[in-house]
Amino acid sequence: MLSQKHLLGIENMQKSDIELILNTAESFKEILERDVKKVPTLRGKSIVTLFYEPSTRTRTSFELAGKYLSADTINFTSSASSVRKGESLKDTAKTLEMMGVDAVVIRHSSSGAASYLTRHISASVINAGDGTHEHPTQALLDMLTVKERKGTLSGLKVAIVGDILHSRVARSNIFGFTKMGSEVYVAGPSTLMPPNLETMGAKVANTIEDAVRNADVVIALRIQLERQQNGLFPTIREYAKFFGLNKDKLALAKPDALLLHPGPVNRGVELTSEIMDGPQSVINQQVKSGVAVRMAVLYHLIGGSR
Amino acid sequence: MEKKLLKGARAIDPSQNMDAFIDILIVDGYIREIKPNLEISDAKVIDLTGLTVTPGLIDMHVHFRDPGYEYKEDIESGSMSAAAGGFTAVACMPNTNPPIDNSALVEYVKTKASKVGKVKVLPIGCVSKGQRGEEITEMGDMAKAGAVAFSDDGRPIANSSLMRKAMVYAAMFDKVIIDHCEDPSLFEGGQINEGRVSTLLGLAGIPRASEEIMVARDILLAREMQTPVHIAHISTKGAVELVRWAKQEGVRVTCEVAPHHLTLTEEAVMGYNTYAKVNPPLRTQEDIDALLEGLSDGTIDAIATDHAPHHVDEKDVEFDKAAFGMVGLETALGVILTKVVGKKGISLNTVIQKMTHGPAKVLGLDMGTLKAGNLADITVIDLEREWTVDKDKFFSKGRNTPFHGLKLKGKAVMTIVDGKIVYSEI
Repeated sequence: MLSQKHLLGIENMQKSDIELILNTAESFKEILERDVKKVPTLRGKSIVTLFYEPSTRTRTSFELAGKYLSADTINFTSSASSVRKGESLKDTAKTLEMMGVDAVVIRHSSSGAASYLTRHISASVINAGDGTHEHPTQALLDMLTVKERKGTLSGLKVAIVGDILHSRVARSNIFGFTKMGSEVYVAGPSTLMPPNLETMGAKVANTIEDAVRNADVVIALRIQLERQQNGLFPTIREYAKFFGLNKDKLALAKPDALLLHPGPVNRGVELTSEIMDGPQSVINQQVKSGVAVRMAVLYHLIGGSR
Repeated sequence: MEKKLLKGARAIDPSQNMDAFIDILIVDGYIREIKPNLEISDAKVIDLTGLTVTPGLIDMHVHFRDPGYEYKEDIESGSMSAAAGGFTAVACMPNTNPPIDNSALVEYVKTKASKVGKVKVLPIGCVSKGQRGEEITEMGDMAKAGAVAFSDDGRPIANSSLMRKAMVYAAMFDKVIIDHCEDPSLFEGGQINEGRVSTLLGLAGIPRASEEIMVARDILLAREMQTPVHIAHISTKGAVELVRWAKQEGVRVTCEVAPHHLTLTEEAVMGYNTYAKVNPPLRTQEDIDALLEGLSDGTIDAIATDHAPHHVDEKDVEFDKAAFGMVGLETALGVILTKVVGKKGISLNTVIQKMTHGPAKVLGLDMGTLKAGNLADITVIDLEREWTVDKDKFFSKGRNTPFHGLKLKGKAVMTIVDGKIVYSEI
């Protein structure tokens, strides 16, 4: 049994809850291999995906996770709903509350939006990315992907490289991997490094090379190309040259190091195509882990006797 | 002739270094006599035994939102809030709609305040027309109509040339510019102090340098032009150090600090608490220590609340959509008496000075004193009164306080303006 009602972030999660979700997800992976991908576990439960930011992958992943468990899933996207008419998040929450939904999966551009939603709704709230705060299911699926291949998360050296400042994936992964006993190094352009990262448990490396050296796991982050227009780095070209990963930089990691990326990848910027499509890349496996992890999260939050 | 005799109280008046058991005779709104053991046969005696009287508290930085945003606050609710907090005079910032940028609007504030008839509402006029930061306003005309200072508060004056002109122009009329120090290019969508909490919560940080650069600029302009300048709501250690240095150099710079900056750190934002969202943002313990030091050694001239009421719908939203600001009039005195007095050698008399004669001197007002001959603006304080902040009992329309539920010791129990009791719990 999970000790929490909502999944808002990894920061406040207990290690035992992370382990429970990862173990459940591993067993759910078997369902994904079947011809008939359907178990009755969440029959009669309803899940709304409330997306205020465009995202095809995460939303599809959550919807499929719900459907494989026989829940009724429906999406409430900003382009087709009252969100566009200027309805506040608070009022949308109250509307969903009256409709009697069991879980709300929210993606929103404001940090803290998921936690805000819990104040106005009694359903379980699952954070699918809130601003530059957290993206807990991404961290869980990253941990699952690594654990399946390395057997453990304890004692690993994990490098997270790129735009740490704006990355909710980085924050969730720093919390997640450190809780599970990994050593997390972060690196990126100095203009994209937030202050006081060490208080979150991460070690700040001066260069990408220092972070990657001897790593067991390398997680590259997506760079939003519009950050360049904000003057945070001079050109895409220079970003790729100094902060992108290629075969030579990846070679500094352990020979069996895994390469992860939350996707979608800007090919030739964060990663060269050569390593993205190379043997160390587990980017496609992350997608599969994503469905399994989200099934596990939904199961533990709204399945059973809770 | 109306006579009131305030008897039995301890009178603290830093303007005349007074701290003793002294009675006060008020005749027709003026302080006539201030002496121990006064016996006046035909005066109405108000027994204040066990209580403390001070000059009426002055808050030189409030937002009454009137005209234009009366759903947040208006001159009536703001005046009541001030009176209940022990304030007899408040200076109102001009970022209303329309902004107070001409003498007719200055008159409007004064007329409405006198109709309400509670506390003295002193209008502050805009520095620039429409607060657009382009051309200076008719400061002479506004000063004549009763504006006590000029400020574009809420909108920083980014243009240094405009600031320089405004400072020297206002000085002709013996008025000071109050600057909200913020470099907009560094502020850039910032939500909270840049540091541990902004990193943790994924909220855009506001660097200290955004404030300090402008404090330094204003000091250098004041030095060069030999004109006064007043720094509003100082919040960082660096800003305190800059002002301390400038005062040593003889620059005519003054500054104020808000109760929340003296008592709360950025940690108050944890959990995305929009009631702790304020600009300048809550900083760190290191900054608080420097602000207390500044208050103690005289670097800081005044305590001012930056009372900024907002409607609940402007706070009960996602954090980055929430308005900046918190109310302060009804909590200021209690917070200061409970959480500031005693720290870094700060005495009761020091904080009373910073809330009375201190701001009066900054604004060049003949207020903040119990000297005989002055209008009787007096605050009666019960230093022993223990109470709990309850936002739902505020006179202000604003409920946006981070202090809700806080237990405090010390409260204003009577507020007297021009000899008239405008608020009383006695």
